[in-house]
Amino acid sequence: MARTGDGGPVPEPPTSAASVAEDERDPTAAKATAEVPPEILAQSFGEYVHAWWRRVRSGDSGVLPVVVAMVVVAVVFEIITLQHAFLRPSNLIYVFSLSTVYMVLAMAEIVVLLIGEIDLSVGAVALLGGVIAFKLVQNPSPGWPWWAAIIVALACCGLMGAIQGTLTARLRIPSFVVTLAGFLLFRGILVVVLGGADGAVGVSAGVKNQTVIYDLVQGVITPTAGWVILVVLVLTVGVALWMRASARRRSGLVAPPPGLIAIRIGLVAAIGVGVVLISSVNRGTSLVTIQGVPWVIPIVLVVLGILTLVLQRTRFGRYVYAIGGNPEAARRAGVNVASVRIWAFALCSATAGFGGILLGSFFFGQYSTNTADPGQLVLYSVAAAVIGGTSLFGGRGKPLHGVLGGFLIGGIAYGVSLLQLGDLSTPLQYILPGSVLLIAVLVDVVSRRGTATGRVLRA
Amino acid sequence: MNEDPQHTAPGPSDGPEPLLKLRGIDKHFGPVQALTKVDLDLPAGNVTGLVGDNGAGKSVLTRTIAGVEQADGGQIYFEGRPVHIRHPRDAAALGIETIYQDLALADNLDIVQNMFLGREELRRGLLDEDSMERTAAQTLSSLRVTTVRSIRQPVASLSGGQRQSVAVAKAVMWNSKVVLLDEPTAALGVVQTRMVLDLTRRLRDQGLAVMVISHNLNDVFEVADRIAVLYLGRMVAQGPASGFDRQSVVEYMTTGSADGERGSGSSSGN
Repeated sequence: MARTGDGGPVPEPPTSAASVAEDERDPTAAKATAEVPPEILAQSFGEYVHAWWRRVRSGDSGVLPVVVAMVVVAVVFEIITLQHAFLRPSNLIYVFSLSTVYMVLAMAEIVVLLIGEIDLSVGAVALLGGVIAFKLVQNPSPGWPWWAAIIVALACCGLMGAIQGTLTARLRIPSFVVTLAGFLLFRGILVVVLGGADGAVGVSAGVKNQTVIYDLVQGVITPTAGWVILVVLVLTVGVALWMRASARRRSGLVAPPPGLIAIRIGLVAAIGVGVVLISSVNRGTSLVTIQGVPWVIPIVLVVLGILTLVLQRTRFGRYVYAIGGNPEAARRAGVNVASVRIWAFALCSATAGFGGILLGSFFFGQYSTNTADPGQLVLYSVAAAVIGGTSLFGGRGKPLHGVLGGFLIGGIAYGVSLLQLGDLSTPLQYILPGSVLLIAVLVDVVSRRGTATGRVLRA
Repeated sequence: MNEDPQHTAPGPSDGPEPLLKLRGIDKHFGPVQALTKVDLDLPAGNVTGLVGDNGAGKSVLTRTIAGVEQADGGQIYFEGRPVHIRHPRDAAALGIETIYQDLALADNLDIVQNMFLGREELRRGLLDEDSMERTAAQTLSSLRVTTVRSIRQPVASLSGGQRQSVAVAKAVMWNSKVVLLDEPTAALGVVQTRMVLDLTRRLRDQGLAVMVISHNLNDVFEVADRIAVLYLGRMVAQGPASGFDRQSVVEYMTTGSADGERGSGSSSGN
């Protein structure tokens, strides 16, 4: 092949400079550049924007589509709803509260999607987790403290996930079958736990110990406290980003340019100020004043923070991504693949359980057998995850995608209900998110095919 | 049956004892005998080319050394001591690293993440990315892998030769002493092949025992100091590459013996 003489002495090995030059001529090199995240190459802000735009054009658009979709949905609903009510502060806060359930369930689903599996039971597990927590804080018996009730409910959900994960990971039963069976089973158990088909359980704001659970979504922080929390949050994020970048620069590693860090901090601050301003508008009636940031906003941020930390800064998280990308590589690297899979299912279900507690709080602390349709919850959470930018095929995605996708899905669901279309309203509740999901999956498949073709070309 | 003369013929630069020594390795899968009394020497500072036709047992032999398969009989010696390699972990503990043909890289992870997969460094319970990135950068530059734009780019964006380089760097980062490369140049173009062969030579120059499993005799003759030929699960010839020529290797590969006995590289086909 590369040899000139037959059996003769080895030709002069090329210098490394020469091999660089030859590699530059590789026609696939240009494509490869386009896939590189912009922040690892750019040294100035201009370069960054340029690299980012190139990456978007190459098909790897990150969260851009979901952000654009959110703007489009907001504008369209604002225009077509009666009295142009969609963007009123009270409505925006309501949409966020409604979306929190989808956000948390989507973040849960993302954990399992990342390992290349799917969990269809998140809806049923969520409802079961919520009902367990609500049952445990009932007075006088069992009368558990709210925190113990939440911990036990999440542990129960985690166990359900671990069982499904074991069946998938050890017996190699496809996860959609296992979790579809789980969905039906848990739905049945839910009815039993609730005490029959018309059973119900509730918590109320007036009862000591139940207040906290009731307030998870319903409660508000006073506007002043909201501003304080915002300042602390922005300062923390800013200092953390800044110190990390300067630590990397000190040890000779590539760090994002300062202008970019400033813009990121500014973005966080701007969104935060917007949220607090919107929340500070009185959204109550003329008799009751309701203003302030809902508790659920920082709560969702905490869930997002915990999951992001677990997935991106721990060994477990690294293995989750590795298994999604190439399970064989993970296995050969000595990763206990089955155990990571089981833990991923457990983490997904425990997170879903928390979503279920939020769901109960959203419905003013009331849980009955028809509070929410677990099937719809699953579809919305998968849709939210994929719309947000997480791949259905494993290895690509992050918890932030669940928050963005969940907000979009919640916005669509609420916007449709505002339209007062009568008979059309219910079908549209399914048709619109379904169409959005289909488009998102198409984008996912096409972008994957793009990289796959690139790989064949390079091989 | 086993008085092969090749063991008396040391490689060009091997010391008193080969770093890794296999004696009488047997392996069967049910009724199929995959390896029969295979002897193999891998001296330090040498590239040994393992050749053989499809089904000759190259992969099984490699997997046995790597700890993926266990031999049914025979003994492996590492630095002169008898060792038992029952699991890839055992091989890694000895400093034996295998780079399979499919490379086993996770496309969605970046170069650093792939190189440290399974052996991540932690600080206060969290991944210590900066420390891993520095180590990975040092390893890559010590191997003169300079064509990647950033070690934070996902492996999916690399060319075939770059991917192979990352896999090799991943293997040698752990103070490994023996590196097994399974078909490292298959599916690579001319430039990329050269890059990988250069890298193989650099490993040898760093004093590692390298084994290259390959179909491509051009590549084998270009990098190998020693050549070992498997035929239907038997080691039919082994010795310094200078004792072979293309003709004799092809004959060993296809018939298990060579007509004209050639130098120290030849042996009884049995």
